[in-house]
Amino acid sequence: MGMTLAEKILARAAGLETVKPGDIIEPKVDLAMSHENAALVINQFMEVYKGTGLPENVWDPDKIAIIFDHRVPAESAKTANNQKKVREFLKEQGIEKFHEIRGDEGGICHQILPENGYVRPGTVVVGTDSHTTSHGALGAFAFGIGATEMAAVWALGKVLNIEVPGTIKVVVTGEFSPLVQAKDLILHLIGKISAQGANFKALEFHGPTIDNMLTSGRLTLANMAVEAGATAGMIPSDAETLKYLRETAHVTDEVELMVPDDDAIYEQVVEINVDNLSPQIACPNMVDNVKPIDDVLGTKVHQIVIGSCTNGRLDDLAAAAEILRGKKVSRETRMLIFPASGRIYREALELGYISDFMAAGALVMNPGCGCCLGIHQGALGSNEVALSTTNRNFKGRMGNAEAEVYLCSPPVAAASALTGYITDPRNGGN
Amino acid sequence: MGKVIYKVENDISTDVIYPGRFMATVLPTETPMFAFADDKDFNKKLRTEEIEPESIIIGGDNFGCGSSREQAASCLKGYDVIVVAKGIARIFMQNAINLGLRTVVCPDIEADEGDEIEIDDTMVHNRTTGKSYSYEPISPARASIVDAGGLIAYARQKLLDQN
Ligand code: SF4
Repeated sequence: MGMTLAEKILARAAGLETVKPGDIIEPKVDLAMSHENAALVINQFMEVYKGTGLPENVWDPDKIAIIFDHRVPAESAKTANNQKKVREFLKEQGIEKFHEIRGDEGGICHQILPENGYVRPGTVVVGTDSHTTSHGALGAFAFGIGATEMAAVWALGKVLNIEVPGTIKVVVTGEFSPLVQAKDLILHLIGKISAQGANFKALEFHGPTIDNMLTSGRLTLANMAVEAGATAGMIPSDAETLKYLRETAHVTDEVELMVPDDDAIYEQVVEINVDNLSPQIACPNMVDNVKPIDDVLGTKVHQIVIGSCTNGRLDDLAAAAEILRGKKVSRETRMLIFPASGRIYREALELGYISDFMAAGALVMNPGCGCCLGIHQGALGSNEVALSTTNRNFKGRMGNAEAEVYLCSPPVAAASALTGYITDPRNGGN
Repeated sequence: MGKVIYKVENDISTDVIYPGRFMATVLPTETPMFAFADDKDFNKKLRTEEIEPESIIIGGDNFGCGSSREQAASCLKGYDVIVVAKGIARIFMQNAINLGLRTVVCPDIEADEGDEIEIDDTMVHNRTTGKSYSYEPISPARASIVDAGGLIAYARQKLLDQN
């Protein structure tokens, strides 16, 4: 009997011939990622060892990656102390896949992992971050776990007691209109199946539109799979995956591609044609409250944000620079741009995007999560409205429960920055 | 038997249960004071009133959606409440199981603040309205973690077994 991509990867990681949805397995982990919340993982890891008399050593330091991104540079003494504690632990344990708060190697975890070649097709990736689903873009089975679950992974090298999820197949056909892209597709899908439509399931993306999509767009899709509740969002690996791994991630060793079986069994098939898809907007306060842009044109916006693990990559910045170049951000709004990594920042600098942004009046911030989760930088005032290329608009997300967040693609964000209200980029920002 | 101390709507995210700006606070002993921090009245109630163990929070669909932050489970565990919701998002549910916060997925549950709720092996009974609702049994994978007293104890045993 054929297996889906999730089933194939999990069967292999659990050392089994086959698995089916509902099976309880303990898959081996190829990569275990944490960010600042490693501080809590360390605490729980020590708890696991308490009273055992065993030395507190992680199972494999080479398979653990730590990236500081959520609050960089530290916004408070408390955060700085957490980061300090993590640094000390990494040294003691010999963990070298550590990305510091630096311009040469730092950035958002979900950008750092792929761009450094840490993620491979067919592997199991866990992260103490819900958007770990991102790495399914490269054909891995990647999912978010809590800190205690990660502590168990650090100790044992496997995820304890997980159930094999059923898979929903998403088949995408058609060609995007200019200035419509992966973000609009994933927002449309979440609007269609709802924020819990894939709870406890894997999403597997197929179809000619996906075949033609670059890895950066696939990362946007897999990143937001969790916003439909999905355990994992996956794209079968192909020539584009290999190209990305070789040319962008500079991987030189052997790469094995993995695709689902032709006779795999899916729980559900969702079909989408993007030929006539317009820019999509997720309206407050739910990511599945998705409307075509026409329904919200003219909504006043006080803060515009481009960045995050969803849409802070080089082509996102390129699309925004194209629209902003030589123009001015409206004085009725403010615009913050957070490149997803130091590398992207430097590439954008070389290509002139950063100076396009600054000259237009946008403020380019340091790489990292920035105001995406409302911790530091770019909090909203009460009754203010933000338009953002990030992935969540829950109440309070940008640091103020009295404010509202709309989600959109980079072209929509850039076009709206010129006017100060939600604007269709296809109308040239007018 | 527990009393419903709060009822929330659908899609209550971990940003609402434990706002991001308190995420530098990580220890389970310190997180409870920030539970529902932006929901000032309920946060105050939790912090200042005597919350009986096994008091009930009634949730709608997709309770705990969003971030994987474990604080969203540990802050509620600190009050020993039980979450009874129409649906619960995966990561939150797993974190709850791992930390010993009791969650019950009860798709048809109807209850209001102040109602008295009793949960037996198969049903949730609303003793105030006299109505009973079946709930989804916890999966065997999760039950073994619960039986061990949480994931720390479960993982510790596994570690000892393999050494
Ligand atoms: S950019 Fe936002 S969604 Fe992405 S990892 Fe950072 S906080 Fe999470």
